[in-house]
Amino acid sequence: MQTISGAPDAPVVALDAAHMSFGPVQALRAASIEIKAGECVGLVGHNGAGKSTLANVINGRLTPTEGAVQYRVSDPAHKNSENAQASGVRSVFQELSLCPNLTVLENLRIPYRNMPRKGWRKIASQKMSDALDLVFPGHGIRPRATVGDLSIAERQMVEIAIAFADRDSEPSLVILDEPTSSLDAAIAQQLLDHIKRYCSEGGAVLFISHMMGEIFDVSTRIVIMKDGQIVDDNPAQAFTRQSIVDAMGHVAPDDDAQGSARSERELGPVLVSSAIGLNARRGEIVGLAGLAGHGQAEALAQIFFDHSSVWKSGKRPEVVFVAGDRARDGVMPLWSILRNLSLTTLPEFSKRWMVDRPAESGLVQKWKDRIGIRTNNLLNPILSLSGGNQQKVLFARALASSAPLVVMDDPMRGVDIGTKKEVYQMIQNEAAKGRSFLWYSTETDEILECDRVFVFRAGEIAAELVGDEISEENILHASFEMQEAVK
Amino acid sequence: MTNNASEPMTAATPVRALLSKPWIWAFLAAAITFGATSLIAGSGAGSLFYAALTFASFSAIVGIGQMLVITLGPGNVDLSIPASMTLAATLALKFMDSETAMILPGLLVAIGVGIGCGVINFGLILLLRIPPIIATLSASFLYQSLAIWSNRGLRIKPPEPLAEFATGGALGIPNIAVVGILLAILAWVVLERAIAGRWISAIGQNLRAARLSGVPVNAVRFGVYVNSAVCAALAGFLLASFSGGANLNMGTEYMLMSIAVVVIGGSSIGGGNSNVPGIWGAALFMFLIVSMLNSYGLGAGIRLILTGVVIVGVVALASRKGYDV
Repeated sequence: MQTISGAPDAPVVALDAAHMSFGPVQALRAASIEIKAGECVGLVGHNGAGKSTLANVINGRLTPTEGAVQYRVSDPAHKNSENAQASGVRSVFQELSLCPNLTVLENLRIPYRNMPRKGWRKIASQKMSDALDLVFPGHGIRPRATVGDLSIAERQMVEIAIAFADRDSEPSLVILDEPTSSLDAAIAQQLLDHIKRYCSEGGAVLFISHMMGEIFDVSTRIVIMKDGQIVDDNPAQAFTRQSIVDAMGHVAPDDDAQGSARSERELGPVLVSSAIGLNARRGEIVGLAGLAGHGQAEALAQIFFDHSSVWKSGKRPEVVFVAGDRARDGVMPLWSILRNLSLTTLPEFSKRWMVDRPAESGLVQKWKDRIGIRTNNLLNPILSLSGGNQQKVLFARALASSAPLVVMDDPMRGVDIGTKKEVYQMIQNEAAKGRSFLWYSTETDEILECDRVFVFRAGEIAAELVGDEISEENILHASFEMQEAVK
Repeated sequence: MTNNASEPMTAATPVRALLSKPWIWAFLAAAITFGATSLIAGSGAGSLFYAALTFASFSAIVGIGQMLVITLGPGNVDLSIPASMTLAATLALKFMDSETAMILPGLLVAIGVGIGCGVINFGLILLLRIPPIIATLSASFLYQSLAIWSNRGLRIKPPEPLAEFATGGALGIPNIAVVGILLAILAWVVLERAIAGRWISAIGQNLRAARLSGVPVNAVRFGVYVNSAVCAALAGFLLASFSGGANLNMGTEYMLMSIAVVVIGGSSIGGGNSNVPGIWGAALFMFLIVSMLNSYGLGAGIRLILTGVVIVGVVALASRKGYDV
């Protein structure tokens, strides 16, 4: 056997210049990291910095396209995932992966390979109770409860407990990807205490979190990622909150685009406002920022649904929508460019029930020239266009309307830089004419186009930034700092 | 090159343009079966044509309603068509009670029953969030039971002038076929030229995207389900008038028929794309294939098997080649 077994200071896992690319996208570049027993490694970085890719390479779900992964038990004849399993690498991911139709103890049974057949329910039940008691004393979760009946927090607790559980093998490295996102402060503290206890007993943890307080609380070492690279890897004492935020840092904005036409415009009265405090004035470009998946898209959809009807359609719609997820929210795949572009405005340019075809053709031709859709025939199918040009059609579909409010859900995905610049200019021009925009974006240079920015955190507005306060640093601070206040 | 938008892409020859229409296959198949049948039967291609037009009309009328429902996208189908036909016919004929003066009110009763069935269908789908297949199927038990309860086995004759209209014709075209063709033209105008048609197609392609593009999705779906039930009611009314009275299983064969003519006619099963002329081609074909098998002396069992094989074959072929709009 080629088993290199446990000299106590041999790393549990070691990555040597691992690359991971998905087609043209390089998600991980030359990442080298070692995790030893007894260490708790805090991993921080922006959305899309490559944290989850790194975690998936370490746990063997992904095999790096270049570079090597070495586990404590490394048999070259086996796959990375098998070696990771044999070495006791376990993971808890943000999106929960329990089977909701099974009971808690049955969910423990799934990764527990060598459970005795006879009386396994009793054994699994005991093991599950032990594991939960160990991590979350006083949890109140019955092992025979069906997972689907548990609250989100309880499910998260079960999943964490299963990862730490003493099964047929012992865990040597537990990867926790945002484990506290749905736990309240007291429960989260129990977890942090357990992590510290576990590491002091010789276990290793890779802890991914956006919550600075937790990172500093448990980490012995902090690793910072940016653009698929590990940019900093040092003992936790070497960092301050400020230095971490700085190191996560930012893609330098294109200076010429920044705040080009901002502050020139006269803003009108408040046009819309929603229950959570989101509002926009006439002629204003309002940005929605923050980490992805913190309620921005839901807030936008809510505004759209509140101000449009499923039963009526009028000549004066209050709001129009620009989709970012084209296939899910925007494109009509069977239709031509022409029909796709005119869909929203049909009742506006037509007289009564019939489509005014000359008017339609004129409108579409006008927008084709204005927004520069690259095609020689507007009757070609929409899917014959490139992604960026499809996106232009969706922009034109919305902007052609007379609606005073335009809602945009991260609309620049897959759009090249040239088109972006054109569209920024068009948005500024439309705003100058008195239109309001609600613009969710995951890209900082787009947020910098806005007059006012709401930073979202956990479905709520964490900060409202105006004018010169809008900067990458302030947005990052607001995205991260609220949890520290909670703690 | 920017040329004007109204010029079609490929129109090399008129024949090729014709062949690119998905509905042409249904008509070709109908023409071939027509030829094969009249060769064997020999006696009067004219009377075969007349009969085909008559019986195809009923399929075409329910098919138009079903087509719009299927166009709404995956999962949308109206399985209450047979029961709506039966209920509308039963109540209308009972209401008219063979009185000539009651023909118009009777027609209104039938249409009213159709509207009622459509409202109930969509109400179940929208308010109770039942999938359309289950909603329309379970509602159809309700309608069928109502029909049984109100009919109690009595067979009431239609008023004399109505029966004459339903069985009669002019210039070699049955009156019922005229109704069916007028409805088809109306459906074509709605689908191809009206805003509502664009909305139906948009919903069928992507409901969420349609909603986010400002389409009043519930109003459109409501209209489509009500329209389907009204078409069924009208077909039931005409069929009862044609065949001398309503009976409780008069709608049975239109369950499969309404879906078959949509599929064979070249509409997309996945929704979003409908095809009005194809409905008529397929309706003629479905009648002619049965009469062809009849005239070749094949029994009822073989006829049903072959009908099934034809539908499966057409669906398999249709899903292989893509459609464009």
